[in-house]
Amino acid sequence: MKHTIALIVENKPGVLVRIAALFSRRGFNIDSLTVGATDKPDRARMTISVDGDEVVLEQVTKQLNKLINVIRVSELDPAESVERELAIIKVAAKKEDRSEIMQIVSVFRAKIIDVSPRSMIVEVTGSEDKVEAMVRLLRQFGIKEMARTGKVSMVRGSRIVGP
Amino acid sequence: MGKMSGAEAILECLKLEGVEIIFGLPGGVLLPLYDAIYDSDIRHILVRHEQAAAHAADGYARATGRVGVCIATSGPGATNLVTGIATAYMDSVPLVAMTGQVPTNLIGKDAFQEADITGITMPVTKHSYLVRDAKEIPRVFREAFYIARTGRPGPVLIDLPRDVTVNELDFKYPEIDLPGYSPNLKVHGLQIKRAAQALMEAERPVIYVGGGVKYSDGHRELVTLAEKIKAPVTTTLMGIGCFPEDHPLSLGMLGMHGTKYANYAVQESDLILAVGARFDDRVTGKIASFAPQAKIIHVDVDPAEIGKNVRVDIPVVGDAKSALAELAKVVEDKPWSPWNDKVAGWKSDHPLGYARDGDSIKPQAVLETICELCPDAVIVTEVGQNQMWAAQFFTHKDPKHFISSGGLGTMGYGFPAAIGAKLGCPDKEVFDIAGDGSFQMNIQELATAVVNEVPVKVIILNNGVLGMVRQWQDLFYEKRFSSTTLHRVPDFVKVAEAYGALGLRATKPSEIEPVLKEAIDSEVVTVVDIIISPDEKVSPMVPAGASLSEILELERAEGSGQFQKSYAGSAASEILELEG
Repeated sequence: MKHTIALIVENKPGVLVRIAALFSRRGFNIDSLTVGATDKPDRARMTISVDGDEVVLEQVTKQLNKLINVIRVSELDPAESVERELAIIKVAAKKEDRSEIMQIVSVFRAKIIDVSPRSMIVEVTGSEDKVEAMVRLLRQFGIKEMARTGKVSMVRGSRIVGP
Repeated sequence: MGKMSGAEAILECLKLEGVEIIFGLPGGVLLPLYDAIYDSDIRHILVRHEQAAAHAADGYARATGRVGVCIATSGPGATNLVTGIATAYMDSVPLVAMTGQVPTNLIGKDAFQEADITGITMPVTKHSYLVRDAKEIPRVFREAFYIARTGRPGPVLIDLPRDVTVNELDFKYPEIDLPGYSPNLKVHGLQIKRAAQALMEAERPVIYVGGGVKYSDGHRELVTLAEKIKAPVTTTLMGIGCFPEDHPLSLGMLGMHGTKYANYAVQESDLILAVGARFDDRVTGKIASFAPQAKIIHVDVDPAEIGKNVRVDIPVVGDAKSALAELAKVVEDKPWSPWNDKVAGWKSDHPLGYARDGDSIKPQAVLETICELCPDAVIVTEVGQNQMWAAQFFTHKDPKHFISSGGLGTMGYGFPAAIGAKLGCPDKEVFDIAGDGSFQMNIQELATAVVNEVPVKVIILNNGVLGMVRQWQDLFYEKRFSSTTLHRVPDFVKVAEAYGALGLRATKPSEIEPVLKEAIDSEVVTVVDIIISPDEKVSPMVPAGASLSEILELERAEGSGQFQKSYAGSAASEILELEG
């Protein structure tokens, strides 16, 4: 089972290493990990997607809380959160395929951000499922390259996981 | 306080933290710091190998309850500390380890004697710092000491590039500001209430105590609670001494080499109150069959320990001392029960023992004699058979008087740790209970002890083999003694004399007492070489991976030739029959 954890950490060198090392030493699996700035310059926010049962999740949360540089650990319930991932995909685009690719892009409310004679770069934003679906559909044309950010997530409503 | 160099600031911080003694060995990048140490009031003990600096600081910390401090130079000096840091980490010992580092402009360039020591020690430190600016020194040291000694204690490493110790700063000791660290010491009232109720309802309770009680200084509260509810108390290796072993409710140690009655009591109990212990595999045996009928209350200052290895019914996060005090307040007196009678029966039917016959010296008898002659001694151990005999055959009564590498099981720990303990408690008699294998791993520290006049007494139970591994080869590998024979080299009496220590030897049982008396009367570093049989075993024993119910009396089982069979079969009934 997949869980999403939001972390507020001190924005210092070595913090990411501590977190990655903890996952590797304790044998936890990271599905994806994103790091970015927050509104406060000395704090960063991470979103980690972990695979495991409730016992694993509890240990992950507790062990992360023990790291001195980790200020806050919150599990984000997917039912009460919005989550987004961004992917840019370089897809082979022969002349005869272009219109179909553009149709798919339009249905997914994605964007074409680069065009060249043999390929296009598509930008898609959405939930992991939506990105997955888009990738599946583009595969038939030939995906030459893909970069995904991993997801970021936030609880709906007034609950704050702030720095 | 005005301007000072980084090195001077470091010593100022140590002074403000109340540090009186540090253990270390200098090197190139540490020259500025050692130059400042030359003028300082802080006592520096020069070791002969950096590993010993970490162990000595650790032994000092365990014996005194204060933060131990060690120091080593960059590169190999720093990596030599790693075993000592890992030892302290596994046993939750408060330690601040300082390492020299190449100048900041050379970091990452593979400079001479450069090692990424913060990276190397990340999994074995509670926290670590690479100081990049002299201005950070006061804050870093203040935080390091605070983190090392609070909550669940542990080692903190501070890596100090050479230029940082030279550059000047305006010294101001700041307040602690650690938004990501708040050790949860206060226990939750509702959880205490639930735990107390469970204790009152339990018919067959057992209190299982670990090192957390030692570090929180909660042994008096433990006795009060146990006496009030008449609960038998068993300790882990780390918890030894937290409950007086001559107390009628004491079960001694549990686990792989624990007493039979402790293991039987745990397996039969309907409620385990675990305090400051972490359900280590050497304690629980096969985890699925550990205390099968028991509800579990788990008190620990580290929330991550609760639910890590076993399912817990009533978690209590907080300091062991205050949890025990709160519990003792709310529970009511309980009478001596049929459970107490049953446990007492096991105790008298299955005492710890050994065959007292024969011409060779019994290591168990050595420990018993030390206990008679010097019941208040601080017992530091190496690792292996010597450690288990020291745990089993000395009657421990004081939590700070038994010092041993439990979690990491570091051979070579005992002697330097004994030096640290003796420096922390100069008025107490300090023994290092050693094996010939372990002692040789830090034998060079004889020089440290002799030069600094630290009169520890090393008792070598010399069987000429790596005894604990050999015991397993004997039992489970058809006596194929692969690489466990040490050939009784060197002559430890001559080695002691070469270092300027007193060397003594005992080869016959009748010599034990006079030799030990001579060692105790000696005012100098003393090494006692006691010749024992390589076939002497640590008993009883729960084979690895077996349940605690399957604890075996080795001498007897081996003699009857049924040991192999019963181990392979692993059926409890078969073993009980064997014990007949």
